[in-house]
Amino acid sequence: MSSETREIMHDQHAHPVHGTRTYWIIGILLTVITAMEIAAYYIEDTLGDAATSVILTLSAAKFVLVAMFFMHLKYDNKIFTGIFLFPLALATLVISALVLLYHVLHPLR
Amino acid sequence: MSSTTYEHAADPAHVDTTTGLDSRKMAFWTFIGSECLLFGSLIATYMAYKGDSLTGPYPHETVLPDGRVVEGILDIPLTSISTFVLLMSSLAMVLALAAVQRGARGRSVFWLLMTATLGAVFLGFQAYEFTHFYHNGLTLSSNLFGSTFFVLTGFHGAHVTAGVIYLTTLAILGMRGKLGPEKSMNVEIAGLYWHFVDVVWIVIFPLIYLIP
Repeated sequence: MSSETREIMHDQHAHPVHGTRTYWIIGILLTVITAMEIAAYYIEDTLGDAATSVILTLSAAKFVLVAMFFMHLKYDNKIFTGIFLFPLALATLVISALVLLYHVLHPLR
Repeated sequence: MSSTTYEHAADPAHVDTTTGLDSRKMAFWTFIGSECLLFGSLIATYMAYKGDSLTGPYPHETVLPDGRVVEGILDIPLTSISTFVLLMSSLAMVLALAAVQRGARGRSVFWLLMTATLGAVFLGFQAYEFTHFYHNGLTLSSNLFGSTFFVLTGFHGAHVTAGVIYLTTLAILGMRGKLGPEKSMNVEIAGLYWHFVDVVWIVIFPLIYLIP
């Protein structure tokens, strides 16, 4: 465990908690990635078809950072990760299926 | 029961469940899982009808069949600021949890109130946006974009509202000295809710605002 990570006992069980420095770094990273997302929107003409992929990749990075460090999934019991990821995968499947159905296979117009 | 068993049960690290994990936390992660499906269905509906509105106002700049170009109604700079505010509220939330775990009462109350305030500011931005859209002819029933947009962002806003009330309640408990390190699980669970609301916006923001 690094120097900025320490073990804290709270009401029920031991839980590794990062020092606040790590949280500030993640906060700065989230800000920078958001700025990059917005920049990608404004230079969409330059990026062309890659713009959507770039924006979605940056959003996925933010999602992962919040889930791993702010929600502590990186250090918590893997059962919690499973409980979160299974419905998340199901939701992603539903979204992808409807996009495929309505925009590729049977577009409304 | 032997004395060893008593000692084991009295150990603060002991959780008397089948998994050895805190039941409240397990239940809350399950709730978050169900919320993933709720927001998944709302986002799926928005995405299914994205770009299919037959009448305006349209979200982004649109070329009509007669060749006219109409401006989009979405205000990207404004929503970018509100997105930043919500992200910073997540940072404040995790700092509040760290303060509670350290037993720093003043700091924990400060960061909890900061989180709730930033959440309220986000709601203010949303209220302004909704009002602006209404005055520009976009309502729940004006077109497919209006229906799916207001339902999706409205549900998210309702979750933020519940979170602001939740966090304010915790801050009041903190002020009364009822939020010591032994109660940090209560703050951790509130934090899970708040960060989930944040990650939902992390998904919604690009899909609605940044990707035409």
